[in-house]
Amino acid sequence: MIDDFLLRALIGGIGVALVAGPFGSFVVWRRLAYFGDTLSHSALLGVALGFILNINLTLGIFIICQTLAILLFVSQYQRQLTSDTLLGILSHGSLSLGLVALAYMDDVRIDLVGYLFGDILAISATDLYWIYGAGGVALLGLMWIWKPLLSITIHEDLARVEGLPVDRTNWLFLGLIALTVAIMMKVVGMLLVTALLIIPAATARRFASTPEMMAILAIVIGCFSVIGGLLGSYYYDTPSGPSIVVSGCLLFLLSIIIPRK
Amino acid sequence: MNTALLNLNAINLVLGERTLLENINLQLNTAEIVTIVGPNGAGKTSLLRVALGLQKPTSGTVQLADNITIGYVPQKIHIDPTFPMTVRRFLALAKTAHKKPFEELLAEVGAEHIIDAPLHTLSGGELQRLLMARALIRNPNILVLDEPVQGVDVHGQSELYSLISRVRTERNCAVLMVSHDLHLVMSSTDRVLCLNQHICCSGTPEVVVSHPAYAQLFGKHAASHLALYVHEKSHEHKHALSQELEHSHQHNQLCEHSGGKKSD
Repeated sequence: MIDDFLLRALIGGIGVALVAGPFGSFVVWRRLAYFGDTLSHSALLGVALGFILNINLTLGIFIICQTLAILLFVSQYQRQLTSDTLLGILSHGSLSLGLVALAYMDDVRIDLVGYLFGDILAISATDLYWIYGAGGVALLGLMWIWKPLLSITIHEDLARVEGLPVDRTNWLFLGLIALTVAIMMKVVGMLLVTALLIIPAATARRFASTPEMMAILAIVIGCFSVIGGLLGSYYYDTPSGPSIVVSGCLLFLLSIIIPRK
Repeated sequence: MNTALLNLNAINLVLGERTLLENINLQLNTAEIVTIVGPNGAGKTSLLRVALGLQKPTSGTVQLADNITIGYVPQKIHIDPTFPMTVRRFLALAKTAHKKPFEELLAEVGAEHIIDAPLHTLSGGELQRLLMARALIRNPNILVLDEPVQGVDVHGQSELYSLISRVRTERNCAVLMVSHDLHLVMSSTDRVLCLNQHICCSGTPEVVVSHPAYAQLFGKHAASHLALYVHEKSHEHKHALSQELEHSHQHNQLCEHSGGKKSD
């Protein structure tokens, strides 16, 4: 009989892979890896916020990620700093602020390593509700804006001239990415969220001829990464989040070696 | 009978401290080809963006006749190699109730062979033709092209320009395009606007080429180098550029009157 905690970990991990595949594909196509990093690095600040307001920590993370996404969206209209520099400031600034804030709270003892690298084996039933509830919302939202988002990814001005709601779509996409990052935290941790977004998508690229196929393949590959990492973690007692990323990397290597059909 | 499809009235565009466009008036009539020429940084792309409604002018109005569809052909699109998208799918993404099969549409622009090719494998010329096909899907009354021949060899350039002329004739649609080289577009344009923030001169290609303001902007010898140009492209490019630099200074002095008028 499979252990309860292992089953929860499996269900949670697969739930996250389901969401990460399609979003990860867009992160790869639109070169948003650093953007994803910045969002996830702010998560610790979200944890601190969760403790301060005494709310669910995932909700705290979501609020902070969302705020940062809005900040980044608005700041693309300024021309003082390149987006690269701005992301660097926000990314490391929020990470450090989160660490300082948590250290300041004497009565709070958290498993820092768990937040940094994920703790999938400690997933609770509440976490599962979050993953599937929020993940479902994120996926439905993405399906809703799928077509305009593809057009925008090709050429933003062309999409605008053709009458697509470019700004609204971009807003929604950033919001949904923030939501995705918030629920991925538990599984791979803030330092590895981007890895689980882009590695399965990058692995899927060689075998896909349409965007949809790439997203679906990325989901499948993500699921295998989760299962592989989880088994490794269970049998060899390795840290779960990094194990998932390592198994993802192995699949990526394998995909390079396999000759193309 | 000529009816204005697009009317730009006294357009000014100031971004930050820079004046990009100054008192631009432009009228585009049915089935007319208007080409905007000017040196780098003259505001050609800004003017197109204003005409397309992508950029709000600081002052002035953009009027579009009723029920007008604009087809836009951007300067270039960058397709990340990680983005799996075929030509067919790219055409299908255009928001439209298009009836004509894509094969026919691509044949119209002379690119039927690329229909199943991934976007990121297309050459510069193929990409331009595809972008044109995508713009034509919407049965536009106006086709707006931003440097349609950039990154295409000389032979391909004249082919693309004759394609644009043909599209105008067959579809009776107006064309507004940007080019940094008047000579190649001369035969396929009705009217030329010579732009350097403001409109320096305008008229038929022949009139513009012999206009003093045009010579001032592009160099006095630019007009007489037409034959040479085709044979010695790279050389002429450098030549034109150095003249452009030389003359931009004089040009500013020459045009000071228009700047002065505003402060009155």
